[in-house]
Amino acid sequence: MEITPATIGLQQPRANGLIWRAGLVLTALIVALPVIVIGSSLFTPYSATWGHILDTVLVDYLLNSLILMLGVGAGTLLLGVVTAWLCATCDFAGRKVLGWALLLPMAMPAYIIAYTYTGLLDFSGPVQSSLRSWFDWSYGDYVFPEIRSLGGAICMLSLVLYPYVYLISRVAFANQSGAALEAARSLGAGRWTTFFRVALPMARPAIVAGLSLALMETLADYGTVDYFGVSTFTTGIFRTWYGLGELNTAAQLAAFLLLFVFVLMAVERASRRRMQFHTTSGRSSTKRSTLRGANAMLATGFCILIVALGFLVPAMQLLSWATSSWRTALDSQFLHLLLNSFTLASIASLVCLLLALFLGYGKRRYPGATQTGSVRVAAMGYAVPGTVIAVGVLIPFGAIDNRVDALAQTLFGVSTGLLLSGTVAALVFAYVVRFLSVSLQTVESGLNRIKPSLDEAARSLGSSNGRVLRDIHLPLLRGSLLTALLLVFVDVLKELPTTLILRPFNFNTLAVRTYELASDERLADAALPALAIVIIGLLPVILLMRNLDKGSANNV
Amino acid sequence: MMLPYSALRTAMRTLICALLMAATTSVIAQELNVYSARQEALIKPLLDEFSAETGIKVNLVTGKGDALLTRLKAEGRNSPADILITSDAGRLVRAEQAGVLLAQTSPELETAVPAHLRSQEGYWYGLSVRARAIVYNSSKVNPDTLSTYEALAEPQWRGRICVRSSSNIYNQSLVAGMLATQGDAKTAAWLEGFVANFARPPQGGDRDQIKAVAAGQCDVAVVNSYYLGGMISSQDEAQRAAAAKVGIFWPNQDDRGTHVNVSGAGVTAASDQRELAVQLIAFLTRDSSQQWYAETNNEYPVRDDVAVSEILATWGTFKADSVDVSELGKLNAQAVMAMDRAGWK
Repeated sequence: MEITPATIGLQQPRANGLIWRAGLVLTALIVALPVIVIGSSLFTPYSATWGHILDTVLVDYLLNSLILMLGVGAGTLLLGVVTAWLCATCDFAGRKVLGWALLLPMAMPAYIIAYTYTGLLDFSGPVQSSLRSWFDWSYGDYVFPEIRSLGGAICMLSLVLYPYVYLISRVAFANQSGAALEAARSLGAGRWTTFFRVALPMARPAIVAGLSLALMETLADYGTVDYFGVSTFTTGIFRTWYGLGELNTAAQLAAFLLLFVFVLMAVERASRRRMQFHTTSGRSSTKRSTLRGANAMLATGFCILIVALGFLVPAMQLLSWATSSWRTALDSQFLHLLLNSFTLASIASLVCLLLALFLGYGKRRYPGATQTGSVRVAAMGYAVPGTVIAVGVLIPFGAIDNRVDALAQTLFGVSTGLLLSGTVAALVFAYVVRFLSVSLQTVESGLNRIKPSLDEAARSLGSSNGRVLRDIHLPLLRGSLLTALLLVFVDVLKELPTTLILRPFNFNTLAVRTYELASDERLADAALPALAIVIIGLLPVILLMRNLDKGSANNV
Repeated sequence: MMLPYSALRTAMRTLICALLMAATTSVIAQELNVYSARQEALIKPLLDEFSAETGIKVNLVTGKGDALLTRLKAEGRNSPADILITSDAGRLVRAEQAGVLLAQTSPELETAVPAHLRSQEGYWYGLSVRARAIVYNSSKVNPDTLSTYEALAEPQWRGRICVRSSSNIYNQSLVAGMLATQGDAKTAAWLEGFVANFARPPQGGDRDQIKAVAAGQCDVAVVNSYYLGGMISSQDEAQRAAAAKVGIFWPNQDDRGTHVNVSGAGVTAASDQRELAVQLIAFLTRDSSQQWYAETNNEYPVRDDVAVSEILATWGTFKADSVDVSELGKLNAQAVMAMDRAGWK
């Protein structure tokens, strides 16, 4: 056999690249369909309602949303980065248990934590009531922070969203080249300087990935802010739709939200275009430094406090509610709820992972503006409230179904009815639209840490794209892949609005059951399904942590 | 070799029919599909009872009214839904205007449901009545000082009123009712005074307002009466204790009456089983079903001749506003804008 550059793989056959590129863009566009449907509302006529919104409520919406984003951004960074750094690079009492316990708040839906803290802390709750009876105060005699407020919403969302930052940056910190850190230390940099000047910048892509997930989720949140009576841009979308009955104006508002997120992401990307960090080797040699004395106690205490606030306290409140109601809640349907939730979450997280791998790897292998742009648009769904995504799915699917039906009628005289609408497939599609960003950010942040020279070396030795992915990337990405799987799994488990509107007949999930009861202000009855969400969410968390620990033990 | 077109057509038709048969083997049994904004716990038991009596299977999807309406519109003429149930008249009016409902004339329904609680053309029928009452702290407020919603805008109530967000449909419908009976200018003036009297920024649900009244954070609240009923019969002791500290007052008894809205149902335009659908709606308005709303959720029956639950009986009877509930739906957007202008969050 004649040896040419092509046979040893130095040149990729053109056709192969074209197929990858086309497949990439096409897949991204299909996933982006609902976002495009919503975005296209920008080109429809603007109703007179816009005048009213601009005159009365828009400033309020914008201000509150901005403050909320800044607050949750600061909160999740503080909680997430500090805990990630501690758990990845230090050793202190309880680190192993706390390492996974810090993920627990993720399983807590934001609106549920909001309900539980309100139950505890509002004026008629046990805390304030006890204070009043101990000190013989009455209303107006004392100052107590109002839980149902903008500040309260920032606290609630930070407590349940910091795990995104924690998880993704922890993997990054753990995989950081020890050499760089040691070099910094040997040049006389102290612990803090090393952290701020070396470790933090190196982990920045990962931290930003986690942070942008947390912020997108914040923008999409409706349940918490609605319950707290905080008018944000998102509550504005729903007020316009439900209250004013103007779906199109609501879609336009949602499109502006998307535009804002798109610009924000572009700015962030531009700001670190020149910053690329790759591990020099797959073997991380970060050594944990053992904390002692006050430092160790501070580290343990900080982590325990966060786990307590984000998980233990609300879970205990749920448990105490559930003890009074579990008999009525634990009916024959409950097992179905468990099964439905678990199955949906498993399928959706797998599909998201495969798509993220395909898109992430394709973008790395065949970079280009078209590819990057279409993947970005496909990943925008996370910033959009679930109900809006659902509308973006309903409209095109309904149109396609009715077209197909009309075609079948004229050609064959048979009605096909609705093939996609109202099926589990449509629901899973909507989950992918909404949560692809989660798996994509995680996978990409993992891929970014792998030196491109590694791919090139493998390819120059004749490996195909598939083989590079399988033999080089997958083993190095294991932590990121598991993280992606887990994040989407838990997200789908908690997901409510999309499920509510797209699900087939007689199909319930734990989140739907929780919400229906909670929205009727029957919190005690909602406690059992809410607890079940948390408990099922625990399974993959434990699985993941065992794998991550094994991984770091082997120094993979 | 070319197959003749007609042979191909027949083959395709057979294939598609076979596929469809395989996919929907259960179609042979009679089934009805329901989209409901009333949540499952508040409708499914009745649907099950209907199935047990008639042998007709009823499939259910629950969700927010406007979202279900959007689903109905997107699915178009192929929508599987036969019936749309909502928890307020406004959504039914919107569904009617969107053309997804088909008017049904049914003498049975027309006798059962009073004219102002259904669409005049028969697009939809009210199923249960939800009243918006005033709840007051029994130890701080003498009920003789209460009279009307309008009076809650007076300065004597400064800093004493709790009410939830204006995003809530029942607040919107309350203001729509005021627009319908008092006109724009009076409503705007009332809103200004009412909002100025809030004890705290609107937050939480109706039960939270009742709890705040019980705890003394405010003196009166405007809430749907069934939430108080739910607290009285709650398994949670704290809720029962809070409910015991408040009294209920029916406003506007000397003039237009207490504001009410309905949950209701209509037959979809896409339905191919309209008669069965009407049969189900009629089932939902019969004596035992009407009593069930009262027993389960403390809602009032749409029919005058049905006995109410024990809790409702202790609250006495009241005069309800007889404004056509479809007016409330039509004025909903206007009401939201008026509340925006008044700064009711």
